[in-house]
Amino acid sequence: MRGFTHAGGRTAGAVCAIAAGLLAAGCGGGSGYGGAGVLTSSWGDPQNPLEPANTNEVQGGKVLDMVFRGLKKYDPRTGKAENMLAERIDTPDSRNFTITLKNGWKFSNGEPVTARSFVDAWNYGASLRNNQKNAYFFGYIEGYDKVHPDSGPQTADTLSGLRVTGPRTFTVRLSQKFSSFPDTLGYAAFAPLPRAFFTDHAAWLSKPVGNGPYEIESYTKGSAMALKKWDAYPGPDRARNVGVTLLVYTDSNTAYTDVLAGNLDLVDDVPATQLKNVRTDLNGRYINTPAGILQTLAFPYYDPRWNTDGARKVRTGLSMAINREQITRTIFRRTRTPATDWTSPVLGTAGGYKAGLCGHACAYDPVGARKLIEEGGGIPGGRLTITYNADTGSHRQWVDAVCHSINNALGNDRACVGNPIGTFADFRNQLGQHKKTGPFRAGWQMDYPLIQDFLQPLYYTGASSNDGKWSNKEFDRRVDQANAETDQARAVALFQQAEEVVRDNMAAIPLWYQNGSAGYSARLSHVALDPFSVPVYNEIKVG
Amino acid sequence: MGRYVVRRLLQMIPVFVGSTMLIFLMVNVMGDPVAGLCGERGCDPATAAQLKREFGLDKPIWQQYATYMGNVFTGDFGTAFNGQKVTELMASAFPVTVRLTVVAILFEIVIGIALGVVTGLRRGRPVDTGVLLGTLVVISVPTFVTGLLLQLLLGVEWSWIRPSVSPDAAFGELLVPGLVLASVSLAYVTRLTRTSIAENKRSDYVRTAIAKGLPRRRVVVRHLLRNSLIPVVTFIGTDIGALMGGAIVTERIFNIHGVGYQLYQGILRQNTQTVVGFVTVLVLVFLVANLLVDLLYAVLDPRIRYA
Repeated sequence: MRGFTHAGGRTAGAVCAIAAGLLAAGCGGGSGYGGAGVLTSSWGDPQNPLEPANTNEVQGGKVLDMVFRGLKKYDPRTGKAENMLAERIDTPDSRNFTITLKNGWKFSNGEPVTARSFVDAWNYGASLRNNQKNAYFFGYIEGYDKVHPDSGPQTADTLSGLRVTGPRTFTVRLSQKFSSFPDTLGYAAFAPLPRAFFTDHAAWLSKPVGNGPYEIESYTKGSAMALKKWDAYPGPDRARNVGVTLLVYTDSNTAYTDVLAGNLDLVDDVPATQLKNVRTDLNGRYINTPAGILQTLAFPYYDPRWNTDGARKVRTGLSMAINREQITRTIFRRTRTPATDWTSPVLGTAGGYKAGLCGHACAYDPVGARKLIEEGGGIPGGRLTITYNADTGSHRQWVDAVCHSINNALGNDRACVGNPIGTFADFRNQLGQHKKTGPFRAGWQMDYPLIQDFLQPLYYTGASSNDGKWSNKEFDRRVDQANAETDQARAVALFQQAEEVVRDNMAAIPLWYQNGSAGYSARLSHVALDPFSVPVYNEIKVG
Repeated sequence: MGRYVVRRLLQMIPVFVGSTMLIFLMVNVMGDPVAGLCGERGCDPATAAQLKREFGLDKPIWQQYATYMGNVFTGDFGTAFNGQKVTELMASAFPVTVRLTVVAILFEIVIGIALGVVTGLRRGRPVDTGVLLGTLVVISVPTFVTGLLLQLLLGVEWSWIRPSVSPDAAFGELLVPGLVLASVSLAYVTRLTRTSIAENKRSDYVRTAIAKGLPRRRVVVRHLLRNSLIPVVTFIGTDIGALMGGAIVTERIFNIHGVGYQLYQGILRQNTQTVVGFVTVLVLVFLVANLLVDLLYAVLDPRIRYA
């Protein structure tokens, strides 16, 4: 084991010998992490069982990205959806799709990837019975309401909109027009599954088998996963290293210290406290690149006081009262960029990102802010409370800074206060009860690099992440139009029009775009983060 | 003695039920744990309802507690949200923390008592003053400062140890974390032993032993130390539970995947099953350690007799 040759390592043997009789516990002294051509990387314990349709956070997604390939794959640099297993996805009307698979793809256990591998996986993911947390991704497919009803028992086991038409072809019928549908298919929830997943589920969960460039060699839940390059991988993006070992760290500070000491190769979450020294510590082996993450302040529109014309002015005023530039510089050391629209720079201008769309409403202007807030009748309830969860991220710091900024603009040091909530679970719980009287933190990490994903789930009437229950007919109409539009460029333009509705009403205050940051050891080269802020593992070279 | 043990064991039952119920209520009061499971976007209502049903969260709390306790007596501690059995988590976490605790306790016993004896016998000398000052420093500096400092110096600057402990967490790797974990208690053990030794040094039985012409070594070990250890044993006994439960800080710094890590994770994810399960076992550890301490009294001091 690398880095285990110094004094600590030698004493280990002696102590183990003494203790052998005391406890029959693992005294192997660490076996098989790292090694020639294998890189070690920091990891967090996945929150849910590792199934494609059940993984909704970055840590589990990281593994799925290594062991699975879907119909499409997002280019790690441009974020553009490109065909991977799909040979063709044809549609006459943006509602009926015929999907043809490429020949020669296999799972790492030898089973060929067929149309059935996809259809079975999607039916499994959508079925209410299987408790899959990403089930709503299949919501566009016809028959979803039977397989996954909002209430009551399900009345069908399979989606009526899916049909296998040949060993390598299947058809999808959606319940409405959705032109960007093919581009969503790079998301991990749409990955194919081998028969073993259905026949011996428990065994599959303890050691998932996929069709990606890596296969799982060993998985010790809660502590480590060793992945090795799958030599027979048929895809174009073969691994350029021998393997990757993911080690669970409770604290990103410890992982960072391990990188400094040369015991870990890659940390993909540089802790905020280390940002000051990271460039000198790592001698340039530090990357800080934009990711598809936007932080906003959302409002409770179920509280009628926030749903008035005056409140609209107040929201715009509050947005102008926040000194984004100063907060991102001092608190986040430029790992975040002041937001000027409601999407993310990773989309690119062709994908719908439009710098400056927010205009003067997102520019720091304390005088104008105060004027607007007074015009709008002042902050509803007289005082602004910003709700956030204090357990992760550095939410406390920035919420305090935002409040400070607002207080300064209003000349009232009691105008805005933070309302910390102990755990994320409780935070989500309170949002779900719809009893907030003030704004709350709303972070959004994109599922796929589409402008649709930054708007529809958050602001469409009754959408899955519309926690503030914002509703606007004009917005909904433009989103529907955009989804029905077959021409990509015109669809993007229509989404931007919808985004302007969000702006004119200041439905949520955009704060900043978040970057992914990573540090690595001198052993590695070609390290990069993709738009989801996940390291592009298969391209990393070791030694 | 036998009756005493039985009585103590019976007393454990209400303590056990009471403490688990308190923890159960406290974790449940925090609200709906399913809410946090689906990330920034809430779970869709149908899935949330299904998950609640599966984890038994849709039933009234007293019923949840009754079911839970019923299962615990059959050895079933429930399932964590990531699909793992809590017993599985325990099987991976407890051995690690037990090893860490053993290392810490050994440090306390060996270094703490040795220093205590040395300083107790040489009260007022430079050694005594030096050790007293040292323990004062250790007591006043928080564990996470000591831990981070040692990690940085030994791990990064001098490369003597790995800054983090590997998932196997072998004894050798746990030496430094164990020392950090033990540090504060170690200082207390030193001070307790010192006072106790200094006090008993002038007692009649020690003077008698010396007058009988016994070798100095025998006087110190058999007569002086044995009688001076009672307060120290009490302290170390109760410290076992405290160390196991309180290892969160040390385990976090050195990335040890033990009880502290699982508890922290369980609290963050509001995972009732994990938190209550681990606390239940920790309560048992506390109770058993206390019982052992009381029994040890009789061994150390034959004057102490129980009905």
